[in-house]
Amino acid sequence: MWMYDKKLEYPILIKNPNPALAKLIVTQYGGPDGELGAAVRYLSQRFSMLTPQARATLNDIGTEELGHLEMVGTIVRQLIEGLSDREIEEGGFAPYYVDHGLAVYPMSAGGVPFSAATLQSLGDPITDLTENMAAEQKARSTYEYLIRMTDDPDVIGPLKFLREREIVHFQRFGESLGIVQDYLDQKRVFAPQTACES
Amino acid sequence: MTEQELLQKIMELDFYIIDLHLYLNTHPEDADAIGMYNDAVLQNRDLRAEYTQKYGMLTSNHCVSAVPWQWIDSPWPWQKAANFELREENV
Repeated sequence: MWMYDKKLEYPILIKNPNPALAKLIVTQYGGPDGELGAAVRYLSQRFSMLTPQARATLNDIGTEELGHLEMVGTIVRQLIEGLSDREIEEGGFAPYYVDHGLAVYPMSAGGVPFSAATLQSLGDPITDLTENMAAEQKARSTYEYLIRMTDDPDVIGPLKFLREREIVHFQRFGESLGIVQDYLDQKRVFAPQTACES
Repeated sequence: MTEQELLQKIMELDFYIIDLHLYLNTHPEDADAIGMYNDAVLQNRDLRAEYTQKYGMLTSNHCVSAVPWQWIDSPWPWQKAANFELREENV
């Protein structure tokens, strides 16, 4: 169960519309390394994860990713809100507009709709945590490419915040992986059920 | 404090708490960090109560409402009216 907090994790106030930039940033909403995939990946993997530390890490980073999904959707919406027909055409936004209007739709920058085929939930804790470390790096790279595509400080501020969170999450997943590896390396003794013998 | 100053203060504390929370998941024995976490949560509780009393509901299912129902009243987080530029002097 979740509670909704009626505020963003980091404030976003974009003054200048920019449909061309919105078409790129939407990839972090529903693209292959975007926030929706991150949230679904971690919140699905947590059901079969080992150790209290790693379970909590998946649960809570997955939850934070939902907040990041909201932030990216906010950036996209503020970049396209109130566009005129001329701005839509000149910004190369017409193909998006005819399919989705000025709404936010989970898709990649190339127009591919969101797909769970971009993520895994395998149930092997080493495999899943290693996938997550790679996922955080892929998202970090994508944020860096996006930052290079704009000089608008209103957009760069939240993108830099989101990029930094990828680095922190990578760190926490790495620690979780170490904890799970130590747990699996422990020698475990299974005692016979003597209570039933008497 | 204005509404915006108070909201920024709460957002700063929330972020500090989120980050400490993730750290504590993998460092559950760090007593100093747990102390920092507890202090921040208690301070945040007071600020959130003040915000709710003065400006309206912040968290679903945790805030009481005046009449009429206040939840639908204030702008939503994605709307420009709910947002602001970070003020360095408050950080």
